[in-house]
Amino acid sequence: MSGLLTILGRDLRLAARTGGDALTLVLFFVMAGAIMPFAIGPDRVLLQKLAPGIIWLAAFLSMLLGLDRLFRADEDDGTLLLFRHAGTPLEAIVAAKLMAHWLLTAVPLLIASPLLAILLSMDTAVWGRTALALLVGTPALTAFGTIGAAVTVSLRRGGLLAPVLILPLSIPVLIFGVASVGAPEGSSAAILFLAAISLVSVAFCPFAAALALRLGSE
Amino acid sequence: MLDPQRPDVTLDSAASKPNWFSRLAHPGSFMAWSKPVLLPLGAVTVLAFAAGLWFTFFNSPADYQMGDTVRIMYIHVPNAILSEGVYAVMFVAALGTLIWRHPLADVTGKAAAPLGAAFTALALYTGSLWGRPTWGTFWEWDGRMTSTLILFFIYCGIIALWRAFDDQLRAARIVAIVTLVGALDIPVVKFSVDWWNTLHQPASLTLGGSKLPPEMLLPLGVMALAFGLFFVLLLLVSMRTEILRRRADSLSRQAAAQSAA
Amino acid sequence: MTAPDPLLTVENLALSRGGRALFADVGFSLRPGGLLLLRGPNGAGKSSLLLTLAGVLRPEAGRIDWHAEEPPRVHIVGHQSGVKTRLTLLENLGFWRAVNGPTGISPEAALETVGLGAIGGLDAGYLSAGQTKRLALARLLVTDRPIWLLDEPSASLDTAGDVLVGRLIAARLSSGGAVIAATHDDIPGATETLTLGAPN
Repeated sequence: MSGLLTILGRDLRLAARTGGDALTLVLFFVMAGAIMPFAIGPDRVLLQKLAPGIIWLAAFLSMLLGLDRLFRADEDDGTLLLFRHAGTPLEAIVAAKLMAHWLLTAVPLLIASPLLAILLSMDTAVWGRTALALLVGTPALTAFGTIGAAVTVSLRRGGLLAPVLILPLSIPVLIFGVASVGAPEGSSAAILFLAAISLVSVAFCPFAAALALRLGSE
Repeated sequence: MLDPQRPDVTLDSAASKPNWFSRLAHPGSFMAWSKPVLLPLGAVTVLAFAAGLWFTFFNSPADYQMGDTVRIMYIHVPNAILSEGVYAVMFVAALGTLIWRHPLADVTGKAAAPLGAAFTALALYTGSLWGRPTWGTFWEWDGRMTSTLILFFIYCGIIALWRAFDDQLRAARIVAIVTLVGALDIPVVKFSVDWWNTLHQPASLTLGGSKLPPEMLLPLGVMALAFGLFFVLLLLVSMRTEILRRRADSLSRQAAAQSAA
Repeated sequence: MTAPDPLLTVENLALSRGGRALFADVGFSLRPGGLLLLRGPNGAGKSSLLLTLAGVLRPEAGRIDWHAEEPPRVHIVGHQSGVKTRLTLLENLGFWRAVNGPTGISPEAALETVGLGAIGGLDAGYLSAGQTKRLALARLLVTDRPIWLLDEPSASLDTAGDVLVGRLIAARLSSGGAVIAATHDDIPGATETLTLGAPN
């Protein structure tokens, strides 16, 4: 347990010292959401209707973009190799990195989401449901993303491949995530499905990702 | 205690139990038994297609709703079945790679992926053609077609992953994990897509939703069999090619090493 | 006088990477106090052998017997330093101590031993290549593991650094551990030599 907390703490500390990354991701999130009206048109009513979907899409793409950072730095300086025969099990190490990554990517997005809500003429209640849906659904995206990152870490050109692999698999998160915000008949079932996917994927991910890390270095 | 200087007899690696399956599935014997099978299999496949197509065009009824265009179903449905069936083959191959590290499992998985993608693409294409008269457009986001589209993306991602690795042995194990994760996730995807569809379109017009009369089942069965045999034929050919490719690769490597020595 | 039980026995080890056979029929036994030097030309598989012993690579054939209940019982110090440039030296060592187990000496004492004691509070990014190597070696000290796998331990180090490596190894050997070092140098106290990459 202490190994897990140590790694969590280290990743958070490193991110704090490096500074730029979380902000860059938030910037991408806001920009991706903000450029949609340029493609759709400035019709307020239409934008308001599409707003939950737009915010979810922007969050989806932002989290996919941030995937490579999960293991890349540790792979490059040899830390991943040392993790392979550390006193802490590899699954716990992956779990720690998953938690750190969620805290460093999803939480900033959540904090920045009101900005997009304003740009897209969302009213507060709808934004509240969207934020809750993001809170419940982003762990699943992080979990899928961690598996994708683990699978491609040994590839030099792996950066774009992980999002391509993960995107089709995470479509249920997008479906239930947007539906959680929508008209009340669908939303309570949707948020429960979303929670279920998040729980199962987060529980399952450390084992799948650790296996991928082991097999990828052979 | 061993003396590192003394050359010992090499220990036999991964001693395989000599049962009939491992004898059949050993790459060397696979090459031996698959070759004479190809021609007869090809002949049976051609016959099955001939029979199926005859049934399709000359001996099956036109649908009372869709008219003659229903005949596309005889190509669309087998392809749709295969698009999922091939993934099942990849799933078993993935288990073979991870649990038993079976050399032929790697080759099977790698050979099956492009075939699965092709059948899925065909299913999408024929589904689109079939849907045009029914829906009025070339594409409709109904539950089944959407799930098939997502399956196509998953196949493409897996093929891209195979190609990204230089070392194909390492690729096999990584792809196996992705295949397994995909296998667990695909039912979730299908469920969520159907759910999404009913949420947005309470009365959706699905392809082939109506019950099939028995006169249609026979041609459908024959075409499904024909396509299935076709898949097996292509799979065997593709596996043989892959094994030969790996042999050529290892010979090239040896040649390079020997000229450097 | 009976010889103590071996820490590690390897028999008939064979490994391929990327389809290329690296070595076969490798066997040796490592006793407490044993120092095995790995020799061989570049590309012969010395690093790969160390990685196989660390459990990262899977051998094609052969047996590795640790004579113990459970791994991991090794440290690897190789070409990559495993050092995070934005953490201080003390934080780097403290991290590994927590992840690997606090069974060795304190990070401060470890830094003193390798000659970096005065700059423990500096970010590791300011270190030279030689100092980074010393920090990596310090990692061996904060967690106690019986067997050290060293891949070119003197790389990036000056003469004083070489002496340090010799001292660290000697200390490990005299306290009942064992070391396998892939190196072109002659490290005093070597009990065995294994040469890889002999032409077929």
